[in-house]
Amino acid sequence: MTQERRAQLSPIAQLGDAALRLVGDTGAMFLFLLESFGRIFRSWGQFPKTVRQIYFIGVKSISVITLISLFTGMVIGLQMYYALAKFGADGFLGAAVSLSLVRELGPVLTAIMITGRAGSSMTAEIGVMRISEQVDALRVMDINPIGYLVSPKLAASIICFPILTAFFDLVGIVGGYLTGVLLLGGNSGVYWYRVSAYLKMNDISGGFIKSLVFGVVVCTVCCYMGYYTHTRRDAVGPEGVSQATTAGVVTSCVLILLADYVLTSLLF
Amino acid sequence: MTQQTTPDISLEGLTIGYGETVVVRGIDAVLPGGKISVILGGSGCGKSTLLKHILRLHPALAGRIVIGGHDMAKLDRRGMHCLRQRMGVLFQDGALLGSLTLGDNVALPLREHTRLSEKDVRERVLAKLGLVGLADFHDYFPNELSGGMRKRAGLARAMVMDPPLLFCDEPTSGLDPVTAAELDQLLLELKRRSDMTLVVVSHDLDSMRTIADHVLVLGDGRVLFQGGLAELEATQDEYLRRFLDRQALARTTPRLTMPPLDFKLMKRDCSGYLDEQQS
Ligand SMILES: Nc1ncnc2c1ncn2[C@@H]1O[C@H](COP(=O)(O)OP(=O)(O)OP(=O)(O)O)[C@@H](O)[C@H]1O
Ligand SMILES: [Mg+2]
Repeated sequence: MTQERRAQLSPIAQLGDAALRLVGDTGAMFLFLLESFGRIFRSWGQFPKTVRQIYFIGVKSISVITLISLFTGMVIGLQMYYALAKFGADGFLGAAVSLSLVRELGPVLTAIMITGRAGSSMTAEIGVMRISEQVDALRVMDINPIGYLVSPKLAASIICFPILTAFFDLVGIVGGYLTGVLLLGGNSGVYWYRVSAYLKMNDISGGFIKSLVFGVVVCTVCCYMGYYTHTRRDAVGPEGVSQATTAGVVTSCVLILLADYVLTSLLF
Repeated sequence: MTQQTTPDISLEGLTIGYGETVVVRGIDAVLPGGKISVILGGSGCGKSTLLKHILRLHPALAGRIVIGGHDMAKLDRRGMHCLRQRMGVLFQDGALLGSLTLGDNVALPLREHTRLSEKDVRERVLAKLGLVGLADFHDYFPNELSGGMRKRAGLARAMVMDPPLLFCDEPTSGLDPVTAAELDQLLLELKRRSDMTLVVVSHDLDSMRTIADHVLVLGDGRVLFQGGLAELEATQDEYLRRFLDRQALARTTPRLTMPPLDFKLMKRDCSGYLDEQQS
């Protein structure tokens, strides 16, 4: 639909138009996910590409994840210590820090950080390839662009998100120890005892499932936005790529929080 | 019809365009197998668009494209794979993958579609890059090359699988006359040696006269001419004559009336500054 046509629509029709597009996009994104997932296992050639993506998405994110998780843990340690000390329950600091990290903050903050670091670059990379006809070139060489560009990223996301989340949790708990025990003088043995006593397998597997879902969501949304850059209505060319990148990151973050709510209410 | 080594391409009542905008209407033409067909026409008349439709990157608005007896629109996935693997395509601006080196770009179809060993791949890639005079640039990235070099690299990639069908969008534009002539010879050699069907989009009249067996001229949103080279040279059609004959063009084009030039348009006049610097 052209710009003028849309301006002529009444507000109600515009709402309907937006709703239809939302439903259409959701369906298309799901099919996109199915196709890229199916193509992960098509050939051995996917393996080296996936390894390269694991390096980009996973290994290169470690430093920023370390930093963020350490400070998150330290802040929680600080904050919780004062709150718990008010009730004389400062011995439970280990349980409070580890549970909030493993169940909620670990998966969510990791996913948001990787979205900013790797998700945005996925959209930009695929978007630029789309507008410079490189995607068309792949198609005429009979190389499926989704299999070539998206599947390795999806496989790498599925592998990296849970591992990085586990890493985040671990460093975060150490961060809580740094402030709650070393800085504020809590009892070290009690901290670690409470961590291990209150953290159940259920919590860990819940966080694990969350991070898997977030990985799939982030990769699908970001790659989809890049892959369909050329069909955007709000902008074309380089500006289209930049809009797609913004849309990818924003949509991913919103969906992460939405999915987090749904999963928390289902899992725990 | 089954496996034909030099497939014809026939366009039947084909209308091409993007969405609701029609670019060329009602194309009825046959691009003969084993020959070089040149698609000619002014800038923006829809040559690249026609190529993209033949490659089925965009759906035709009406009509059929039949390659080697197979209707493109009716081919299933498998058939499409088979056909695409028998095509090589050079895009107008090369369309090399920006994150791969030249060597990897050319090797891409080999790595994806064949079981050649790395050593054989490298050998083949170097041979094809040598053909277009780029053997020394194996490890360069596309953005480290000139436009003409990128185009030649694109041609090397299009040829690397030795496809029976080769599509080239303006292979010689942006090249110096010597390199352009070499490329023309390369295309002729390909046709002679392997009976390839070549479809070449071109503005370049000299190159067209050297290589064309069959010419399709687009313009005005329709096909203006199709037929052999001799037929085209003999045409009396005024538009075509203007196109073919630079001298006629110079004679008949009305002299431009230029608006007066104004060199003081700049917001801040710097000429004084430059003079000062000099003294
Ligand atoms: N993606 C597109 N969407 C809509 N219209 C397009 C698109 N690409 C090209 N066009 C239009 O199609 C027409 C033909 O474009 P095309 O690129 O086929 O020209 P061309 O004959 O290859 O020109 P040149 O010799 O300059 O490459 C142009 O008028 C252009 O505006
Ligand atoms: Mg063109």
